[in-house]
Amino acid sequence: MELVLATAIGVMTGCGVWLILRPRTYQVIVGLSLLSYAVNLFIFGVGGVKTNVPPILVDGVPTSTLADPVPQALVLTAIVIGFATTALFLVVLLASRGLTGTDHVDGRNEPK
Amino acid sequence: MNGWIHHLIIAPILVPLVAAALMLFFDERQRVVKAMISLASTLILVAVSLTLLRIESGPSEFDGVYLLGNWAAPFGIVLVLDALSALMLLLTALLSVAALVFSFARWHAVGAHFHTMFQLLLLGLNGAFLTGDLFNLFVFFEVMLAASYGLLLHGSGPLRVKAGMHYIAVNLAAALLFLIGVSLIYGTAGTLNMADLAARIPDIEPDRRILMEAGAGVLGIAFLIKAGMWPLCFWLPTAYSAASAPVAGIFAIMSKLGIYIILRLTMLLFGEGPSAGFGADVLLYGGIATLIFGTIGVLASQALGRLAGFSVLVSSGTLLMVLGINDGAISSGALLYLVSSTLTISAFFMLIELVERGQDAGAIVLAVTMEAYGDADEDEPEEGDGVTMPGTMAILGICFAACGILLSGLPPLSGFIAKFAMLSAMMGTGAIGVPPTAAVWVLVFLVILSGIAALISMTRAGIRTFWSSLEGTVPRVLVIEIVPVMFLLFLTLALTVQAGPAMQYMDTTIRSLSNPRIYIDAVRKAAPIPDYDGAASTEAGGK
Repeated sequence: MELVLATAIGVMTGCGVWLILRPRTYQVIVGLSLLSYAVNLFIFGVGGVKTNVPPILVDGVPTSTLADPVPQALVLTAIVIGFATTALFLVVLLASRGLTGTDHVDGRNEPK
Repeated sequence: MNGWIHHLIIAPILVPLVAAALMLFFDERQRVVKAMISLASTLILVAVSLTLLRIESGPSEFDGVYLLGNWAAPFGIVLVLDALSALMLLLTALLSVAALVFSFARWHAVGAHFHTMFQLLLLGLNGAFLTGDLFNLFVFFEVMLAASYGLLLHGSGPLRVKAGMHYIAVNLAAALLFLIGVSLIYGTAGTLNMADLAARIPDIEPDRRILMEAGAGVLGIAFLIKAGMWPLCFWLPTAYSAASAPVAGIFAIMSKLGIYIILRLTMLLFGEGPSAGFGADVLLYGGIATLIFGTIGVLASQALGRLAGFSVLVSSGTLLMVLGINDGAISSGALLYLVSSTLTISAFFMLIELVERGQDAGAIVLAVTMEAYGDADEDEPEEGDGVTMPGTMAILGICFAACGILLSGLPPLSGFIAKFAMLSAMMGTGAIGVPPTAAVWVLVFLVILSGIAALISMTRAGIRTFWSSLEGTVPRVLVIEIVPVMFLLFLTLALTVQAGPAMQYMDTTIRSLSNPRIYIDAVRKAAPIPDYDGAASTEAGGK
């Protein structure tokens, strides 16, 4: 389980880093999205990987068997903020596309 | 508890939030109403932060910990006011008044929702200065960044959109690093409260401490991007010089936010204990590299906007270097330098716009620079109405000269006093018989060299602008535009005259910072208000 999660985070981070270094704005935004997915999973992972356990204290149940609620709360906030800023970035990309007529990150056409 | 005055701590967050929300009710055509709300909010902020600063500098033991929702510290979220945050709040409020008044002349009319975003930027800044919780810091940081994205694009134009795109991409990546750092710290220490974290660091076993330090390092990179440490700073001069003048004026405090958080966290988490001195070398050498890069940039800049942008880097570099040395006396000089340089750079950004308004003689030189960095064809906003400044060139020239003196650190203004305080502490005038080491000489040399570079560059720009104008056209400058610049420069003058009390305040600040126990105990001991009727029952049943 941990191995699968770690591999998924690693692959997504790798793809994301490669993509944000590309010259097309579309690739950059997909890269940023992938990176933010990877980071969200990572936050989720630091609370310990457990399946099918609630993050709610119940009498008589030892706390070690419960999931940590804090990373879940953090990841929720991070998703919301990441989503909003990515949407905002998308608008800027569209504005840049409209103003420069190209989707190069520096606003210039590359030799084909 | 100190009664109602205790609630003033949260006012710097609530006032801009309420103002921003109020302004959404008004149409963009009712700009005067918006401007008045915005001005009222910033004036209240100045009054509040002045009061908070007076309380902090006073002798009384003020309880600066504010428990949100009346929950005790490690479980609830806290706001913490101490001498450093009070100082930063006041600086932010003063800059915001100047930038806002400047924008009334024309800039607030060139796009939608200027005032709303401006207030949200203040909300984010003030929140980040006040918060005592790492994740809350992230939230306030993002609020500030989201507002700054909008403000940077204010006025539009290809140059701004391009710079804005780079700025947003860099900061989105930085925000992800921020999250990785925060979650690593949470995973190892099990807390996000800064005071609680500092208290727990000694108890973390060594193999997990490495992970915690890695987390802190990743977190630090996010702030160093904001502060503009080399090699994370290439976005900064372009973004700042592309921003409209009042926006660049308030952006001057944003790079200091990075410095503030690094100062706060290094002093609190790595001041003492097993991880003491973590990251100090990175700050020292990074600061030196930034200072050198900024100095070269200042010398190489043709356009005034880029000159100001590189001055931000020089200022950041000096401060980071001093944080890396982490010596009490030098640090208090550096705090004075932080205040002085922020005021100067903010005034300079606004002055540049006024000076360049009438400048066509340098257009040929400018065009070369502009070609290298982007298109120059930005839409100038239409002429505003209002009283024109008499004796324009003389006043602009005096302000320009004052900026030059401040940036290069010449007497008599506060730039000199701040640099003198730092340098004399570096040379160790206090400890007689201890000659400064070779490393210290290098630092002293670099600081002075950066001053000379600023002097050369400012003189060159001044001669080109004021003495060798071929056309001789006098820019039309309104009173409302030059007064904010003069106000900020007057503040540096006041800082010079009142250098004694100011230095004393900085000394106290650094002393209390270098004893993290004070902060930790204050936060841990802060108890919820017990006689709050029904608190327990509503909290239990509310959620």
